[in-house]
Amino acid sequence: MILKVLMAQLFSRPVTNRFPAKYMPRSVTGFLAKVGQGKAKLVPPVPVPKGFRGKLAYDRETCIGCQLCIRVCPASVIMFKPETKKIRIHVARCTFCGQCVDVCPVDALAMTEEFLLAAYDRFDPSLIVE
Amino acid sequence: MEETRTTFEIPVGPVHPALKENIRFTFRVEGERILGVDVKPGFVHRGIEYMGMRRNLIQVLYLSERICGICSISHPIVLVQAVEQAAGIEVPPRAQYIRVIVSELERLHSHLLWAGVAAHELGFDTLLHLSWKVREAVMDILEELTGNRVDYAIPIYGGVRRDISPEQMPKVSEMIRYYRGLFEELSDTFLRDPSVEARTRNVGVLEPEEAHELLAVGPTARASGLRKDVRQDWPYLVYGDMDVRALTPEDHGLEVRGDVFDKIVVRLLEVAQSLDLIERCMEEMPDGEITSFPKLPALLAHLKKAEGEGIGRHEAPRGEVIHYVRLEAGQEGPSVWKVKAPTYSNLMPWVPMFEDQEIADIPIIAASIDPCMCCMDRVHVVRSGRPEEWTKQELLRRSWEKTRRLCG
Ligand code: SF4
Ligand code: SF4
Repeated sequence: MILKVLMAQLFSRPVTNRFPAKYMPRSVTGFLAKVGQGKAKLVPPVPVPKGFRGKLAYDRETCIGCQLCIRVCPASVIMFKPETKKIRIHVARCTFCGQCVDVCPVDALAMTEEFLLAAYDRFDPSLIVE
Repeated sequence: MEETRTTFEIPVGPVHPALKENIRFTFRVEGERILGVDVKPGFVHRGIEYMGMRRNLIQVLYLSERICGICSISHPIVLVQAVEQAAGIEVPPRAQYIRVIVSELERLHSHLLWAGVAAHELGFDTLLHLSWKVREAVMDILEELTGNRVDYAIPIYGGVRRDISPEQMPKVSEMIRYYRGLFEELSDTFLRDPSVEARTRNVGVLEPEEAHELLAVGPTARASGLRKDVRQDWPYLVYGDMDVRALTPEDHGLEVRGDVFDKIVVRLLEVAQSLDLIERCMEEMPDGEITSFPKLPALLAHLKKAEGEGIGRHEAPRGEVIHYVRLEAGQEGPSVWKVKAPTYSNLMPWVPMFEDQEIADIPIIAASIDPCMCCMDRVHVVRSGRPEEWTKQELLRRSWEKTRRLCG
């Protein structure tokens, strides 16, 4: 039985999606730069479903500074900036529970489809939303 | 020549390639044969309850989710039950159905994950890859329904956070069909494979009496023929309407032997049972509200006023999990929070299971209860920076002291 499955597998496509390329590039950032210049081809990631809980998006204009999101966030991701009465989100700590999105009374927060969030520095600008 | 038999002690762990998590076994062996084992847990205590008592209840919910990465709905489901009991919160029927659906999806993925791990422990990596390939279908459905592959963040006090939309229903049905179609193949590869049978039949046997006396839970107990399942014995949510029955190898037409093979049988049967439950829930699920507190600030205010205690229990993929909470008015977090994970009850059964087995069987026997050490490690006694051990006598003395204190 298992042999049959294995033989069939020889002739079918691998189950793993070979993101970002068929063979893992030595440097992903270098590879992505090449993709940007049109010198390499990207194997796209598996699409995420609707309602995926990815990197937070913040609409500063709408935010009324009520701090409810800070109150419910389990991971102390969100900081209040008293001078502007706005918030700063440290995505590096986020657990993607979406509780802040649920609690926001004016819908200033949302979850995007972005999930490639690795960086060497936790204070990298790509990991701070404000 | 005088015959001398020497016994040796082999320590395995706390950090060992054969173990996924930290625990220490000390095996007494004679040649290849294991004479006895001493199990010492306590290496992965994280103090989660202590952290929880310093946060508000909504934050505690996500902390409880991180007690176990695999049972990442079992713990929140128990916690919300306990808090709902303490604070007198009702849960709308639709929310109860959704909780059951996600719990059963979790059982599906957890058992398939275990099947892969078990195959790997046997050195049958083809089967590991096959099981985990198949597991992706349920992971995709979890992601579809909740937005996360793990740590689904679905239950909330008084209901659930996401509804299942009509467009999502067919996707779930398709997954059920996919697994039903695969079921024959899966049980064939696991139960009729000579190498799996050779390595698991009559290995790591837990006799029914031992399972009963040592209070084994979950598939570990059921594989020894005990019909024991929280969903059947103490129905909660809508499990009472679902006629859930604890499954044992007898339901597969086999005689109960309580070995590792039987543990595979039980888990496979439970995969089929979960599929049936999910299908039934989807058919019977009524329309309506999914939470009794649509506004979170109102929920926080209600919880802050609440006073009382509650206990929640749930049949997690590995067995019974229990949470106890006490709420005090004016306090945002629980004043007491106690957690008991299934592995705690399944530790002692390891002792008879290892007896008289071979050294090479250690990994598969250890894996057969599907252990989760960091969920189980809930207490650590530290005095002046040094770990301390309390014996049975010490615990008894403290218990007597408490009685005296309470009775003045
Ligand atoms: S998603 Fe959860 S962890 Fe992340 S910022 Fe919002 S509340 Fe905090
Ligand atoms: S909950 Fe919404 S409005 Fe209030 S501070 Fe957070 S983002 Fe701003």
